[in-house]
Amino acid sequence: MVPPVQPRKLAKVPFVELADGRLQGVVSSGSDIGRVYVSSIAAGTHNYNCSTNNNRPCGGLYGSPCKHLRALVAEAVVQYGADRVARYLRVEVPEGEELADCLGGAHEPAPAAVVFSRFLRHLAYLEVPDTTLPIPELHWFPATGTVS
Amino acid sequence: MLAVQLAALLAGDSGNAGDGAGEALALLDGFDDALVHGLARLADERADAVTALAAAFAATPLGDRLAEAADAVVSGSITQEHLRALAGGRVALSGAVHDALLESLDTALGRERAEWPAAPDGPGTAGDAGAQPAGNVLGGVRSWLRELAITGWRGVDHDLVSAADQVIEALLAAPDLHRLAVLLDGFAAELRACCPIGPAEHLPVRRWADLWTRALLLSQDGVLTGEPRSATTVSGRLLALGVDVHEHGTAVQFQVHAVLEPAGGGRSRLVRTSVTVAKVDTIVGPALWKLAQRHKVLLAALADGRSVEITDMPLLDSGDLVWDDDRAFVSKPADPLATARLCLPGALAPAVPPLDRVPVRIAEPVLVEGYKVTKDGSFDLGGTVLAVDAERLPDCGPLTPKLVAASSACVGLVRWDAGRWTLQPLAVQAKVKREAVVAATGDWALGPTDPKAAKAEARAADAVTVLRERAGRLLRR
Ligand SMILES: [Zn+2]
Repeated sequence: MVPPVQPRKLAKVPFVELADGRLQGVVSSGSDIGRVYVSSIAAGTHNYNCSTNNNRPCGGLYGSPCKHLRALVAEAVVQYGADRVARYLRVEVPEGEELADCLGGAHEPAPAAVVFSRFLRHLAYLEVPDTTLPIPELHWFPATGTVS
Repeated sequence: MLAVQLAALLAGDSGNAGDGAGEALALLDGFDDALVHGLARLADERADAVTALAAAFAATPLGDRLAEAADAVVSGSITQEHLRALAGGRVALSGAVHDALLESLDTALGRERAEWPAAPDGPGTAGDAGAQPAGNVLGGVRSWLRELAITGWRGVDHDLVSAADQVIEALLAAPDLHRLAVLLDGFAAELRACCPIGPAEHLPVRRWADLWTRALLLSQDGVLTGEPRSATTVSGRLLALGVDVHEHGTAVQFQVHAVLEPAGGGRSRLVRTSVTVAKVDTIVGPALWKLAQRHKVLLAALADGRSVEITDMPLLDSGDLVWDDDRAFVSKPADPLATARLCLPGALAPAVPPLDRVPVRIAEPVLVEGYKVTKDGSFDLGGTVLAVDAERLPDCGPLTPKLVAASSACVGLVRWDAGRWTLQPLAVQAKVKREAVVAATGDWALGPTDPKAAKAEARAADAVTVLRERAGRLLRR
């Protein structure tokens, strides 16, 4: 079963996922409420990208990860725990160090559209109507208490 | 559940589901192992396992079709039809295991169960009018499941998992197929979380084979579009025993187990009523109840510990009340332990629909009291020990392993998990700081009563607000 995720504040980074071989997500713009950034870090190489959802490159990428990428990593650690993120990205984090400081990698363009449409799909779940017909299949998915 | 009943359940054949069930489980193991490596790569012993599954049906009407399917798959020709036949065989085997288990449980409890009514006509004929558009979507599901079976769990990669996204999206758009969407979404998320799957990784082999088989079954034309079967309507008093919560990343089901006392007298019956809502993985804990708040009467009854008067509410043959807030009102206080003590013994248990005969669905409400709690948290009932499944305690309610360990009476669901009987607590009577308290999984249906949990809930409820705002801004541009 998928380990449960921890609750976190979503205002800054509404969407984070470990999928398609990347840590990827959507970061809200600090200045424009209608704009979001799509940020991603590839497992293994740790190459990163950040752009607006319209594929305009992020102005914060000056040869090193921007603040959006840093926020993405920080929120992923809250949501999944540092161990799971490190395992997925295949990164060694020496004792006492922060995961974000242990990523090498260089800027490498990656398509933002796929991640953004996955985010929209994610949001669309909140609009799926509920049902009072039984779903016997859910017996395979017991609720599990998170460690709190 | 009395000590003598528990002893009867755990003793003799029933503890391991009987000899026939043991053989059936061994056949399942063989077939499930074939799915680990993929049907395209059947080494000798795995090919033998597929053949053995088919051979078990030699003397039955399924025999010829299964033998043909096994031969074809072993020789590398894997069609939809062959997969459907093999999945059918697997369904029949787990159905047999289910029947043996439930019968031994009913016998031990002295519980009477209603008969499943004979079908007036073939399954699925009711929904054929709408079957065509569903057919295209279902074809997509079957193709994806075929790819999975050919590839095997060890071969699953990001591309194969992502291919499910479009299929699930199409399923979600068709209300009749919602159940299959919920199943596939949970299954695909698990595969995704394990991707890429290393050669040494420990895999939930039985579980994934179960999910694959179930999805293949539901994706056959007419299986879902023909449901639900005819329902009667019932009126009377509904007394909740507790809430069983099911959850994965994008869905949560609150399933209430209750006793229905029919208006005007007549025998009480065990029923369930459920609300399932879609969610996202970042909405967890007590905030989940917020998503179901449209069903105010049900949630209020759970939170305040009250019975409900219902009028003309649909009841399916499976014992599932199709909840409708407009046909219900909150009535007098009712405590789940008192309900279990007074009403559970004579209540008629519902029949199990033929398609739902799977061991994982066994969840029989019982009352257990007079036990000693062992070191590992199990209940020792006069020398016979029943394992308590504390991992199933949902974090949207106040029950914790500690509270259960401090309890003196417990209403729970008896389940069969990983080869043994377990108890999943739904409500307990316990002493906290010398005061007797009753706590149940549904206590926080209107919000947590514990200050720490209330704070966590405020944070999580904020998540719903943020995501709704983002959806409003980005989805409709
Ligand atoms: Zn950026």
